[in-house]
Parts: sequence; C-alpha cells; structure tokens
Amino acid sequence: MNPFATLARLVDEAPRRALLLLAAFVAVLLVAPVVLDRYLLSVFFLIFWFATVGQAWNIMMGFCGQLSLGHALYVGLGGYVGALFWVKFGISPAIAIVPAMLVAVAFGAVIGWLGFRFGIEGVYFALLTIAFAEVARIGFDNWSFVGGAAGFFIPVSSAASPVNLRGGPMLFYYVALAMMIIAFILCAALRRSRLGHAWLAVREDAEAARALGIDVFRAKMAAVVISAAMTAVAGVVYAFYQNNLFPSQTFDIARSIEMILAPIIGGLGTLFGPILGAFILTPLGQTLIALVEKIAGRAIPGVNLVFYGAALMVIIWFTPNGVWPWLKKKLGIPEGRE
Amino acid sequence: MTPLLDVQGVTKRFRGLTAVDNVSLSVEEGEIFAVIGPNGAGKTTLFNIIAGAMTPDTGSVTFAGASAVGVQPHELCRRGLARTFQIVRPFPELTVMENATIGAMMRAPDMDAARARAGEVLRQLDLWDRREAKAKSLTLPDRKRLECARALATGPRLLLLDEVMAGLRPTEVDRIVAILREINRSGVTILLIEHVMRATMALAGRIHVLHHGATIAEGTPEEVTRHPKVLESYLGAEAL
Repeated sequence: MNPFATLARLVDEAPRRALLLLAAFVAVLLVAPVVLDRYLLSVFFLIFWFATVGQAWNIMMGFCGQLSLGHALYVGLGGYVGALFWVKFGISPAIAIVPAMLVAVAFGAVIGWLGFRFGIEGVYFALLTIAFAEVARIGFDNWSFVGGAAGFFIPVSSAASPVNLRGGPMLFYYVALAMMIIAFILCAALRRSRLGHAWLAVREDAEAARALGIDVFRAKMAAVVISAAMTAVAGVVYAFYQNNLFPSQTFDIARSIEMILAPIIGGLGTLFGPILGAFILTPLGQTLIALVEKIAGRAIPGVNLVFYGAALMVIIWFTPNGVWPWLKKKLGIPEGRE
Repeated sequence: MTPLLDVQGVTKRFRGLTAVDNVSLSVEEGEIFAVIGPNGAGKTTLFNIIAGAMTPDTGSVTFAGASAVGVQPHELCRRGLARTFQIVRPFPELTVMENATIGAMMRAPDMDAARARAGEVLRQLDLWDRREAKAKSLTLPDRKRLECARALATGPRLLLLDEVMAGLRPTEVDRIVAILREINRSGVTILLIEHVMRATMALAGRIHVLHHGATIAEGTPEEVTRHPKVLESYLGAEAL
C-alpha cells in the first residue's frame, strides 16, 4: 500500500464540499494560536490529544467491536518508554516513539492473544484489559528505577527543542494537531482497506466473517496492535507535555474511561466521531473545572468525570448512535458514506 | 474422477442422541446435490460437519482431495468451500454492497477488484438496486439472497446452501431456483440442504435422503420420490 497513492485516493473520493470544509477547518486550527492564550492553547492540546487516542480506541471498539477499558496502559507504557529514553539515555522522543510503540504492541499482543485465543469475549475481555492496566500501575508503583509511586520527572529545559518535545504550549498545540490529523487519515485509510472491512465483518458477526474466509483471530490481533501503537505515540507526547508520570494517574482506570468518551459521544465506528466528541467534551469539561475552581475556591478532583457522565447520558439520550451520525443525517449525507 | 466432496461414514453423537449415523455421500464437480429429510433428520448437523463448524466423532470428510476435518471455516473458504447460514447472518449495520465486498475480498487482489466482483454478484442475485441499503433493512427474501451473494462472492468451487428457500413464498422460491441454476451453469457445484420439496426436486440432479440421522435413500428425484422408505418417512406409513 503506497501511502501517497492511498492519500490521493481518499482525497479523490471525498465530496468536494466536504474537502473544502475540512481544509477550512484545518486552516483555522493552523492560524488559531495567533489569538489563543496559554490556557486556551492547553485546552486545544487536550482536545487534539483526546481526539487522537479516541481515534485509536475506536479502531478496536468502533471498527472491530472489541471493548478495551484499559487503554491507559498504552498511554502509560508509551509515556514511560519515551521519558526513560530521554532522561536516562538522552535519546530524543522523536526516535523513542519507535520503542514506545513496540512495547505497547508487545503488551497489546499478549492481551489480545490471551483474550482471542481462549475465546474471552465482550465484558470479560474488557475486564482483562482493565486487569493489565491495573497490574501495570502496581508494577510501576513499585519499580524504583522509574521512580516508583513518587513519580518520574522529565526536566524542564529553557532551550526550546521541537524534535525533543521541549517547548511551550504552542509547540504542543501543533504536535497534537498533527497527531490528530495523521490519526484521522490513517483511520480513513484503514476503514476502506481490506483489513478495515475484515474488522467491520468481525464486529458485525464473527461467525459469518469466518465463513467468508476472514481469519478472525488475526483481524482482532491487528486491531489491538495498531490501536496500542497509536495510543503509545500519544502517550509519549502526553508525558512530555506534563513533564511527569505518576503510576496512580497514568494507569488509572479513570483515564481509560475518559479516553473512550469522545468516540462514544461522537459516534462509534465513525471517522469524525472521535474528533467531534473531543471538541464537545473537552472544552465543556475544562470550563467546568475552571468554574468549580472559581466557585469553590479550589480544584475538586474528578468533577469533570461526574460532568462527563451526565453529558454522556444526555447526549446518548438524544442521539443514541452518537452526535456524528445524527449530524450526518441533518446535513443530508447518505448513510453509507462518511 | 475423484469427487469434489467425499463424506465417508460420518457419525456425530450428542450425548445419547445420534444426530448423524454413518452417512456417506459424494458430490461430483459441477452437479447440484441435495440432502433432504424431515425435521430433526440431522441435515444441519451434517452440514455443519462439512462446513468445518463441527468435527465428526468418526468418519472422514474430503474436499478437493484434502481432508476437511478439523480445518478452520476460514481456511475451508480459502480452499473453495463457501456456506450460507440457515438463520441468515448478514452484517446488519453494513450496506448490501459492503456485505458482498467482504465476501469478495478473499480472492480479489485489491479492494477495487473486490468491489467489482461484489457488483457482479449483486446483479446476478437481483440485489444491485438495493446496494446502498443497510442489510438490516432488507426483507427476508432479500436477506436470503444476500446470504447467497456473499458466499458466492468468495468465488467457491462448492456452494453449501442451508435451507435458503425455507420461509419464502412460492414466487420467491422460483426466483431463487432460477438464480441457483444460473450459478450452477457458471461452474459452481452446489450442495443444498432443503426442506422445501418442490424446489429441491426441480433443482437437484441427485438427492440424498436422511431420516433420524441415517441414510434411507439416494438417487435422482424420480427414484427418490418412488422409494417406499422416503414415502413412509415423509407421509407416514398409513399413507401407503
């Protein structure tokens, strides 16, 4: 698969109007930092970041129908590998994303192999993913080489260095934006590929997929592995954005849940769903956090999660399949298209 | 010439019940072969054994010269054996076109070729006009034909059809009979498991009759309908 040919095909097949709209949207995002302050830049960073990991999670759940409630694992693994390579060996995160992806892929492969080889499905598979994230949390809590429960820190340097992900909110804004765009294009290409069709078949009816010559085990493994790799890259970026890693936060199930809300609200299995969901949820959540801080005089941890829960209920009540499928209908886009 | 499908002495027991009892049959390349029998005769169990969804307790199943016992369904499909499900299993949230494309992927070099092949098959099965519809919105006759289309799209040598005519109105049955004949003429061997007698008689070259898991007759439609044991099992001994 030639990536450029694929990209050309994608652009070719998309309707003119949609392309223009997309281009305008990207253009606005590209120049937006001119008017955005530090705080808003950080909000946008979170939007892009959640859109990216939402896209990655959506490959497993939305495309292939495999529920993962432990995606924080891949974020954490990616983050720790990236941070370790940089702090301990001085290797740039631009290079360290490769081992970060490999480690996440290895863990994803083990989880997938255990689950799919032994027919652990649905909620039981979800429990398996939670278990691995929890074990990782406990493991990192007690691993002194990476700082244990006291956390691992990436030194802040005054000299900006984009390749090494050292810089201000502006740098991270563009890095995350690029990530979101690449994740989108990758998912669009996967969606129309042979593998993407195999995923959809597995999601819809694994038995029927098998009868049509699809190796269900391999398709599921590919979904986990690709999803894990994408999430790990986002994990590296997040670690360098935060400059610190605490196992209790990094591998927390609350993080895993937060990651899956955008694609669910935006529309499972759709390409625009994760992005739309992130653009709806993250700003609302951040506004709420700021508001609570103003009113209560201090931050109340977890308040945004309570809000997300409420938002999820309201949105799913009105648009059971997510916002994007509903919007699509409103815009008059035929069902079979994105 | 060795048969395309050769079933020898297959037996399958579920606890005390012998669902399939020492059944042997062979299907030659190019023919339409039917397995019939009253409810509970073991047709679907036999079908599942041939399709690789179950393994027999004893006996052998040979497809295209190689043993098919214990072979994964997706591997059998690769070797040229495609099946439908008695209770149709379309991919409900996908379009008719996507359903057929997924079947066509297996032998297509790329997705464009798969879509082209899917288009061909949909035309052949009178589903082309419904290609943009989601599979879940189809009527039962349409769904049954989609089930065939998907299996046919995989480019099989042998098409295993599990009661594709059950629950259809006579006009719909005639339509699918005509389509199956056309498919057979294009070189695909067909093994039907059926309950609908009229259509089976019209379609099959040879018929194998099961009753309580065991073979009671095999032959051309004329031979089978005159066979006393067949009459007995279908109509009851008193009718004779």
